Amino acid sequence: MIQEFKKVWKNYTIGMLWLLGVLWPLLGIHPDGTITFQKTVSVWLYILAGTFVCLILYVINTSGNLKPVTTPVAGAARKIGSMIEVMPSWIWISALLICAFIYPLVTGRYATDVAITVLFYICLGLGLNVVVGLAGMLDLGYIAFYGVGAYTYALLNVNFGLGFWVCLPVSGFLACIAGCIVGYPTLRMRGDYLAIVTLGFGEIIRIILNNWMELTNGPNGILGVKTIGILMPFFENGMTLETLWVKKLQWFYYFVLGLAIVAIIAVRRLNYSRVGRAWESIREDETAAELMGVNTFNYKLLAYAMGAIFAGLAGAFFAARMKFVSPESFTFLESAMVLCMVVLGGMGSIPGIILGVVALIALPEAFREFESYRMLVFGATMIIMMLFRPAGLIPAKRVGKRSEDKE
Amino acid sequence: MHPDRFFTVEIDTNFHIRGWLNAGHDRLIKMGKLFRVHSLVLRIRKNYYDHQNVKKDNMDYFIQQLINGITLGGIYALIALGYTMVYGVIQLINFAHGEFFAAGGYVGVIFLSFFTGLGYMETYPVVCLTASFGLAMAYCAYLAIGVEKIAYKPLRKESRLAALLSALGMSIFLSNGLMLTQGVYDKAYPSELFQGGMHFGMVTVSYLQVLILVLTGVLLVALNFLVFKTKMGMAMRATAQDKTMSALVAISSNRIISLTFAIGAGLAAAAGIMVGLYYGSVRYDMGFIPGIKAFSAAVLGGIGNITGAMVGGLIIGMVEVFGAGYISGEYKDVFAFIILISVLYFKPTGIMGENIDDTRV
Repeated sequence: MIQEFKKVWKNYTIGMLWLLGVLWPLLGIHPDGTITFQKTVSVWLYILAGTFVCLILYVINTSGNLKPVTTPVAGAARKIGSMIEVMPSWIWISALLICAFIYPLVTGRYATDVAITVLFYICLGLGLNVVVGLAGMLDLGYIAFYGVGAYTYALLNVNFGLGFWVCLPVSGFLACIAGCIVGYPTLRMRGDYLAIVTLGFGEIIRIILNNWMELTNGPNGILGVKTIGILMPFFENGMTLETLWVKKLQWFYYFVLGLAIVAIIAVRRLNYSRVGRAWESIREDETAAELMGVNTFNYKLLAYAMGAIFAGLAGAFFAARMKFVSPESFTFLESAMVLCMVVLGGMGSIPGIILGVVALIALPEAFREFESYRMLVFGATMIIMMLFRPAGLIPAKRVGKRSEDKE
Repeated sequence: MHPDRFFTVEIDTNFHIRGWLNAGHDRLIKMGKLFRVHSLVLRIRKNYYDHQNVKKDNMDYFIQQLINGITLGGIYALIALGYTMVYGVIQLINFAHGEFFAAGGYVGVIFLSFFTGLGYMETYPVVCLTASFGLAMAYCAYLAIGVEKIAYKPLRKESRLAALLSALGMSIFLSNGLMLTQGVYDKAYPSELFQGGMHFGMVTVSYLQVLILVLTGVLLVALNFLVFKTKMGMAMRATAQDKTMSALVAISSNRIISLTFAIGAGLAAAAGIMVGLYYGSVRYDMGFIPGIKAFSAAVLGGIGNITGAMVGGLIIGMVEVFGAGYISGEYKDVFAFIILISVLYFKPTGIMGENIDDTRV
């Protein structure tokens, strides 16, 4: 353990001294011409204490002294995993479903609201997962499709009074068209150029929403979007069909839950289909995939369109939920947040993404007093995941065997 | 001054409706911002409407826009150099580069107001200004070296997606770190500096613009000298071409990469102070949009090419100013993105780039 510590303490000390040097000009130099050290040092000591605990844990773990704790935990996890595998999958899936169904009945309004947000982000995360996790293209303008879906429903509803269920497919369709429009010129590029171009497209869409006053009412947004309505038969005097507006949050929860379940099933089936395999081959090696007869351009465009459809559908629900849309909901930071969830949970893995969303939406709600540190933690999470566990918390299972695994 | 501000006016025009609709904490930030910067906003808007009244087919208007465009273009060129140098050496889009630019702006205003508080600003203005520039550039170089060691160096052998995501995380982390240490409000630069300007008929060149142009020119020439005439620059170019070969002739690639980050961040910091002086204030998230525009400039000039980045920066600045002046001020951010997309589509190597292998495009 001393050996392990000797390896890292030098870098750690240099890093902490570097941090002190970074913090001091920002915190210790004041406009009235005074120089102080107290605040800088106290902030630094907090960080020092926190990181030192992490360092000690890391050292104990790498030197193997944590084995008495980790081995039973890993063993228990494996046991539970095998138990789940032994059990027919419908048992635990239905258990999860039942939990999800009774959740709003046993919790309050606030918890239901948080759960609805989680479900929205699950849809977004799964859609982005198709693009980033399955096809391996980094998309930084993803939230724009969410915006297209939300604005489609809001505009159709406010201007023409169309109902939610008519607009839902239209939202998905228009988002899909937007995805193809963005995808068509960008798909010739690879890797990091693609990332920056999608970022540019996302910003263009946001700027258009922000400035096209006649259509979108600019930054003021669109007010008075109707919520979901369902036709219900009433039998009081004969049979009449009347629209019932979903005003209660609990009922709305069930609709969004339905959307999330559809998204999960769809992404899962896509993943294990011929299309999913084609995407995976593109992600692993595009040139090889092309040589094997995969039409890479079409499949990449398809990945974009599929991802955009999920975002568009979620966007329509979002507009119905908030009853208000404005361009501020669709900024780059939202894209980065969805991406962070996908990265944290594990690219390409559906349970991973659900875990990532829950971790990054529900935990900040629990630590409400540290609200302003939220984005800081998001950024740090992305870096730390990339450094220590690039495959995510629950890495995706790979289909089939690879030559490098056999060695 | 032209209205192509990085922020502010949008807040003012819509605040009464938008202010109340946005969710709790967001709203408070907006209101606070509004009151802090209100005078600045009014000043900018007044200039904006003055400009609107100028006849657009006027030659003076054209020349005025040209000067504004060169000023802005010079600033973009300084930021773009950091992107292009880092990309040349380690093939990574350094998303955090825009944050170095913002940090430079902040450290500049911290030192400038510190000197004002000490009372040196009246007696030795030149010394104070030089010291602020120097200290901010040194600070950002120091910051960038550490950032590279923490977030990019361990990922050099990993996939490009991992490094890119790490850079993105670093960008979010740094901009929020700035917000937490410096507050969410705009931070105003001392405004008594550089009042007035030279008048040639209807055309006005403010002393500030002269300073920015001269300083940008000096920095660009110095960089060219460093990269093309010194041994250090030769080592940098060698590392950019082939890391293994340059390591064989005893060039430490780690040291060269650190140096590249330091130089790029130093130039971005200088640009940050210039933007702060030019627009009167800095904000924690001001690095994002100029960062993408500067990246567009780097791509336009041919990524990895230093002269290209300078030319690209000037072109992007011109396009933005002329687009805002003659086509539409609201869509001024879109022009740079359209250039970026069309360059990548039609000529991904840029106007001065060499051929690049298919891993990049």
